[in-house]
Amino acid sequence: MLLELDHVDKIFGGLHAVKAVSVRVEPGEIFGLIGPNGAGKTTIFNVVTGVYRPDGGRVLFDGKDISGWKPAQVAAAGIGRTFQNIRLFRSMTVEQNVMVSGHRLHGVGLLGTILRSARLSACERQLRNRAHELLEALGLRDQANDMAGSLPYGSQRRLEIARALMLSPQLLLLDEPAAGMNSQEARELEAQIRWLRDELKVTVVLVEHNMSVVMSVCERIAVMDHGETIADGPPSAIKTHPKVIAAYLGQEEPGDR
Amino acid sequence: MSDAGPSPPPPPPVPPLGPPPAAPRWWLRGLVALAIVAVLQLARLGLEAALIEYAQRIVLIAGINVILAVSLNLINGTTGQFSIGHAGFMAIGAYGSAYLGVQLAPPLAALFGSGALAEGVTFNLALLLGAVLAGLCGLCVGLPSLRLRGDYLAIVTLGFGEIIRIVFNNWQFLGAATGYFGDSPAGLPTYTNLFWVFLWVVIVITVIWNVTFSQTGRSLTAIREDEIAAEAMATPTTRLKVLAFSLSAAGAGIAGGLFAHMQSGIRPEDFKFDKSIDMIVMIIVGGLGSVSGAAIGGVFVAVSLELMRDLHQYRLVLYALLLILIMLVRPEGMLGTRELPFLLRGLVQRAGVGGGKGVER
Repeated sequence: MLLELDHVDKIFGGLHAVKAVSVRVEPGEIFGLIGPNGAGKTTIFNVVTGVYRPDGGRVLFDGKDISGWKPAQVAAAGIGRTFQNIRLFRSMTVEQNVMVSGHRLHGVGLLGTILRSARLSACERQLRNRAHELLEALGLRDQANDMAGSLPYGSQRRLEIARALMLSPQLLLLDEPAAGMNSQEARELEAQIRWLRDELKVTVVLVEHNMSVVMSVCERIAVMDHGETIADGPPSAIKTHPKVIAAYLGQEEPGDR
Repeated sequence: MSDAGPSPPPPPPVPPLGPPPAAPRWWLRGLVALAIVAVLQLARLGLEAALIEYAQRIVLIAGINVILAVSLNLINGTTGQFSIGHAGFMAIGAYGSAYLGVQLAPPLAALFGSGALAEGVTFNLALLLGAVLAGLCGLCVGLPSLRLRGDYLAIVTLGFGEIIRIVFNNWQFLGAATGYFGDSPAGLPTYTNLFWVFLWVVIVITVIWNVTFSQTGRSLTAIREDEIAAEAMATPTTRLKVLAFSLSAAGAGIAGGLFAHMQSGIRPEDFKFDKSIDMIVMIIVGGLGSVSGAAIGGVFVAVSLELMRDLHQYRLVLYALLLILIMLVRPEGMLGTRELPFLLRGLVQRAGVGGGKGVER
């Protein structure tokens, strides 16, 4: 088990945003988390990545209890993420955005930095090469020196993925990666998600509203509604699950007819 | 539980650190350093011959301003954490190095004789220790206030600057409100000259430049751009913010030490809140986030303050007007976040490509 949420609760004042949610993600899976708006999907991501502290339950990553860890610790432990409302370093170049995540791999202290040691330039080169590999894979190589804020929407989402991959994560959390993409871009994104699972051996959990992407790329899906998981299974089972249909289309009240 | 789970993958490989880098050519760097020292010494001799003492003093103040602005820019511009008490760190550097300079002079004179060598060693050691003291104070102020996100630093540094001034205003040991003039009736030794100021300008700019254009600088900029995202990318944000703030405070300490040894004494009122405002004006005029912009802003403020000297207290009114004007006409400052060397390189390259036609705009 790579990621396990064990009866996780999150409460904001009077709102019980996440109610005793238990989710288990196996290593090497592409796992989908879906549900109507406000179901608590992004809250789950924020609990896992340490932005929020869970009010109950535990988050286990690779066997370690990471509940209550700081975001930077969680990231260093091997969980990368993207953001629903894109959070790029807008006035930095595409290449620099990716290199920021290499901080952990950059073993040069303050003195070496001030004195411009030879090790520093070696580290810089290493990070830049790695960043370019990732940009190439996500189709952003030609934009390496553009300002991140000037990229079109779809490219910004892909840049967020490249930036998270620079952490060499074991687990990648994608928050609505296809939002704002046209269908052509969405097809490419599907291929890229499969690529990073197959080639980089990264386990992927994604929150997504674009059902064609979710159904085509995910091997297992959990459905949330009002802070609870209402279904869990392969895409074929989810599509026909009565509770899922009810959550998305509304329940038929007895006597409505 | 999983129906289509492939076998568990090994953890992704961390890129190896490549072949060991070639040994740095220290002798080459030594030569460059010697050449710089020679050029600075020549510049000093030239300026001392060409300028009257009043004009030389403006150049000294401009140099000190450059150090203040470039160091303040690291935390305010590059890291985006607003510090408005830089004069406090300058005061610590000034009082610290003035006092230590007086105390260190006799033993060091016994060691190195009583010539220029002893003076140089005493002065620079006092400057360094003053900077370390200011840096440590920066650490103490930064640690609690930079753990939090937001504008706490502005409030804390505002209070800190005032506290420091009031402490020196009441501390009999260092002369209280009369100011500190050392032990001898002639006052503090005036070690500061054009050479030392130029040398420390070069050192401080080099240190800040190298920090800014490195992984550390990238992470600092990332904190400015989006702290939440920076954290999610495993950036140790608190540590880096405190580091930048302490470095910045140490830079102000150097400037304070140079300032203290420029005249026969220092007074608490030399480090009032308007001094901090002056420094903020420097970096805003030059362009927040630009090292070269901050340097230009430092010179600009030194010169314009001298030009406005006859206006006395109306100076601040003019200042405010100037700031409003800049915000209206060029809110990003002279250079914005761009750097002069890169701009010049771009100009040269484009001029070369365009057959020496020059560049529009």
